[in-house]
Amino acid sequence: MTYTPEKPALPRSIEELRATIPGWGADLDPKFRPAVPQERLDPDLSGAHWEFPERQPEKWPRERSIEHQFLTPVFGTACPPRGASGKIRRYAYAKYSEARAAHWLLLIAADRVDTVESTLRSFVSRRPDNPLTETGIRTEFTRGGLSSRVGRKRADVVHHPLDPVIVAAPWVLGAAVTYAAIRRLTRGRRGEQTTDR
Amino acid sequence: MVYRGPYRVRVEEKDRPSIEHPNDAIVRVTRAAICGSDLHLYHGMMPDTRVGMTFGHEFVGVVDEVGPSVEHLRPGDRVMVPFNIFCGTCFYCARGMYANCHNVNPNATAVGGIYGYSHTTGGYDGAQAEYVRVPFADVGPSLLPDWMDEDDAVLLTDAVATGYFGAQLGDITEGDVVVVFGAGPVGLYAAKSAWLMGAGRVIVIDHLDYRLAKAAEFAHAETCNFTEYDDIVVHLKKITGYLGADVAIDAVGAEADGNLLQHVTAAKLKRQGGSPVALNWAIDSVRKGATISVMGAYGPIFSAIKFGDAMNKGLTLRMNQCPVKRQWPRLFEHVKAGYLKPSEIITHRIPLEHIAEGYHIFSAKLDDCIKPIIVPNAA
Repeated sequence: MTYTPEKPALPRSIEELRATIPGWGADLDPKFRPAVPQERLDPDLSGAHWEFPERQPEKWPRERSIEHQFLTPVFGTACPPRGASGKIRRYAYAKYSEARAAHWLLLIAADRVDTVESTLRSFVSRRPDNPLTETGIRTEFTRGGLSSRVGRKRADVVHHPLDPVIVAAPWVLGAAVTYAAIRRLTRGRRGEQTTDR
Repeated sequence: MVYRGPYRVRVEEKDRPSIEHPNDAIVRVTRAAICGSDLHLYHGMMPDTRVGMTFGHEFVGVVDEVGPSVEHLRPGDRVMVPFNIFCGTCFYCARGMYANCHNVNPNATAVGGIYGYSHTTGGYDGAQAEYVRVPFADVGPSLLPDWMDEDDAVLLTDAVATGYFGAQLGDITEGDVVVVFGAGPVGLYAAKSAWLMGAGRVIVIDHLDYRLAKAAEFAHAETCNFTEYDDIVVHLKKITGYLGADVAIDAVGAEADGNLLQHVTAAKLKRQGGSPVALNWAIDSVRKGATISVMGAYGPIFSAIKFGDAMNKGLTLRMNQCPVKRQWPRLFEHVKAGYLKPSEIITHRIPLEHIAEGYHIFSAKLDDCIKPIIVPNAA
């Protein structure tokens, strides 16, 4: 009862739970729950043989949060910043701390610029992007796209129509802008030729 | 695999990773998994997710090469690698907070290093690949026990440990009513772990019936499909004698459905660090003085969370990335005792060359997918 001191009764008794659920209560005593001093496989040896680790060589100016005193001794080198997106990223890291929304909004903007840049770059490479197959859309037909959704009361079905718009809209927009630019350019040239005559 | 932009990934030849620090190892991946939090990257939600990045932070493999200062691993060793990258000796590691290591992530101070995540976690390539660079090889990886199956081991590198950690942060005491939001892999393991800690009742909330069926069968939980109720909070109050749960575990995170406005502003327009629908339901549905454990991954930007209610109800909010290696000794005992069988939730095995399809199946929840495992070509 909520309005009296007692807690509402459980649907199954503790004895019943202990009898039916494998391992029930094995970690009931907090001393069995992983924490200090159970934090290591071997409490005497974390494996580390340093107090401060040797430093990884910095092969290019590695961006870092200005909340750090210095570049951490180890870091990833997966995708160094490049192009316009790289400039935005470097600015976001150099100027704003993690506490500033500008830091994160700039990084999100850089992500979108990176997508466009990389896609355009791929078109002049041996392996151009395929915006369709890279979405794995084929599985809509082979793995029950319709049957996985219809009649299942899924909450996410409401927003699923938005997904293709979000994926396709930048492409459609990009194609429209390119078409308009080419058209303007060719019209301008035709205009020049007409004037020459 | 490489990320090509929101909702797009493909297989690409990349240079084999190399030793960049004396304590690095190169591991040949034999099993990797796609995690729910990989979907946040895949959907373009996490800031500084760069095109060309390889995802994947749940993996096991075979040591292929070690750096000059590696003392505890040799080529040929079978290892399981926690998703956290950590040094073992900084202020945080010294206190067992391996997920918060301060020596591995120059890009941010709020989070430690994670394989194959956005650059806000250090810019390390991930393991949905044939080979992966493993920093601090003397500290992070553990030898795969002979008796442990690789499929069980790969899930222990994140999902199982995180689910268990979620229940642990709930500070469950005997007979507690525990409500778990989300019946994905972490939610399922959190529900299962709640029993180990003596829960009296475990209720799992989701909108996918097939996942709820798994929660009932695998985790012995009561289940609620929130789409069947006008107001899931009122329903939870009703079935708990109008008191509310003692503990709530948010195993959903940034892409919670159930509120279109929140979903659009957060997941689509990226103007929040994640859609806080599940977290707000957790705040509303627990009793006063309850504990909320947050295991769902959220982005760094603020989210519209009902903090006033949390304050007025006297709630304890606990959260962190899981310090995986700290959890292993006890989890190994539970797997050995048969209390946990991690691989029971694997539904799909996907060759690396079909990674785009694997992501779409998991993201769109096609084919009753719960947990897909990636089998690299070299495995």
